[in-house]
Amino acid sequence: MKRSNIAFWVGAAVFLVAIFVMTQVVGNQYPFFAGYVILQFIALAVAWSILGGYAGYVNFGTSAFFGVGVYTAVFLTKAFEAPLLVQIVTAAVIGALMGFALGLLTLRMQGIFFSIATIALTIIIETTVMNWRFVGGAAGIQIARPPATPPFDNYVQMLFFVQALLVVLAVAISRYIQNSWIGRGLQALKDDELAAECTGVPTLRLKLLACVISGALLCAIGAPSAMYLQFANPDSAFNLNYSVSTLAMSLIGGTSHWSGPIIGAILLGTTQQLLTVTISSEVNVLVLGIMLVLFVVGAPEGIIGLVRKLRGNRKEGGT
Amino acid sequence: MALSLVISGLDAGYGAVKALRGVSLNVRGGETVALLGTNGNGKSTLMKCIAGLVRPQQGSISLDIDGTTHDLARLSAEDIVDLGVAMVPEGRRLFPRLTVLENLMLGAFRKAARRNIDENLKLAFATFPVLKERQSQLAGTMSGGQQQMLAIARALMSSPRLLLVDEPSVGLSPLLVSQTITKIGELNQKLGLTVLMAEQNFNQAIRIASRGYIIVHGEIVVAAKSVDELKGNDIVKRLYLGGAA
Repeated sequence: MKRSNIAFWVGAAVFLVAIFVMTQVVGNQYPFFAGYVILQFIALAVAWSILGGYAGYVNFGTSAFFGVGVYTAVFLTKAFEAPLLVQIVTAAVIGALMGFALGLLTLRMQGIFFSIATIALTIIIETTVMNWRFVGGAAGIQIARPPATPPFDNYVQMLFFVQALLVVLAVAISRYIQNSWIGRGLQALKDDELAAECTGVPTLRLKLLACVISGALLCAIGAPSAMYLQFANPDSAFNLNYSVSTLAMSLIGGTSHWSGPIIGAILLGTTQQLLTVTISSEVNVLVLGIMLVLFVVGAPEGIIGLVRKLRGNRKEGGT
Repeated sequence: MALSLVISGLDAGYGAVKALRGVSLNVRGGETVALLGTNGNGKSTLMKCIAGLVRPQQGSISLDIDGTTHDLARLSAEDIVDLGVAMVPEGRRLFPRLTVLENLMLGAFRKAARRNIDENLKLAFATFPVLKERQSQLAGTMSGGQQQMLAIARALMSSPRLLLVDEPSVGLSPLLVSQTITKIGELNQKLGLTVLMAEQNFNQAIRIASRGYIIVHGEIVVAAKSVDELKGNDIVKRLYLGGAA
């Protein structure tokens, strides 16, 4: 257990150093533009999986949390010219509150009913923001980036590094939850909620906790996006594509282990970026759909499940 | 260990449907009490009320432990587990995609239970040796009888004083029913567990019960002080033993 902890944190440190060195060495801006989106999806998928994967409560509200993160940053920039860190932390707090409210209202519903309620959340918030003049309303709003903070000489490079930090944060939290009693409780209620209650798992409290943590992370991950795009409008900030992509990445990677969503997001995120450049951004959605169908049919437990199955088979074959 | 469960005037139901009407029942420490009734008469609802899974609409469920009284009708399911009440739910309700060992560990989810996890695991394995052999098998792939044993063992993991067993005979062959009931009897005899068992198999249940209640359409119609009294009861003869013999 301890050894795997060390390995994990060494891995995380190496990852961050590599990202940092990349921002200092690579001059071309394109890798950062594309890489930012991939990192963002890794973080989103990992954060989503805390509620959607461990607890099995499929949340279609990723775009609601993401959009609220974007608009928190927009509001803070316009009203106070708040620095990036303040934007992200505030977004996390608002996301946590949103997760708590959503959880209280909807987590008593089970399975598909919860999912439907989360779709409504996106629509309600998007409509509200669309009618909020201060942050640009339906037309959207332009945002000017402040100068980058040294040692970064370019704002996008800085955002790229910040998003990498958010990835590490999300993964560390997700990994901690998986290995703790919280994770065991979530797994139990995913398998059989009534049985979990019988054994004394505080199901509602655990679901709420998962919803709060997941919501805070999803919102925080959305916040830097305002500065990344230098523009925000409700249509793109609350785009249902975020919900669908995040869900697909988690499920394709596999939700039974914290590394599943990472694998799924890298695979799908990279494919999407390549397709956007080479063919068109609309083909993304098609590829996403096809891959989701293939995995649901061929490997319902995702890549993680597939690997475990192959390993298991080999073990049985050997003895 | 002084323990007693007293239920009085309990009403419970689901929406407009009333499943229990004015149910009164008591269990004293060290007893094995059978709650008898055929399907759909409210046995499971009563068990769920005691375990905190269904909120009663009226009446009280008080658990007296060493002189302190707790009102179970107001406590959450997890607080009730903390008080030493463990439920073996109807149809076993294991975590099918987890291993036997993981299922057992989840039985000790509560903080208080985690302290005794090693002891209780030893006890569970000693009581059901087959579980030790199969500890890394997925629970969903075991036979019905083994699953029932795992369900009981999982309940033991929380260091219970009062064991609620809901229809242990469901879906088991007659031989396995008999073995399961015998095991529950042993838990009472050897570990001193107080047991309240809901069951529709009259002849099996009375093998280990010291007394019993009969529930019909959500009401307790017979409260017998002994097994002999149960056997001699007219309602029992009509419902279970065939004809008016």
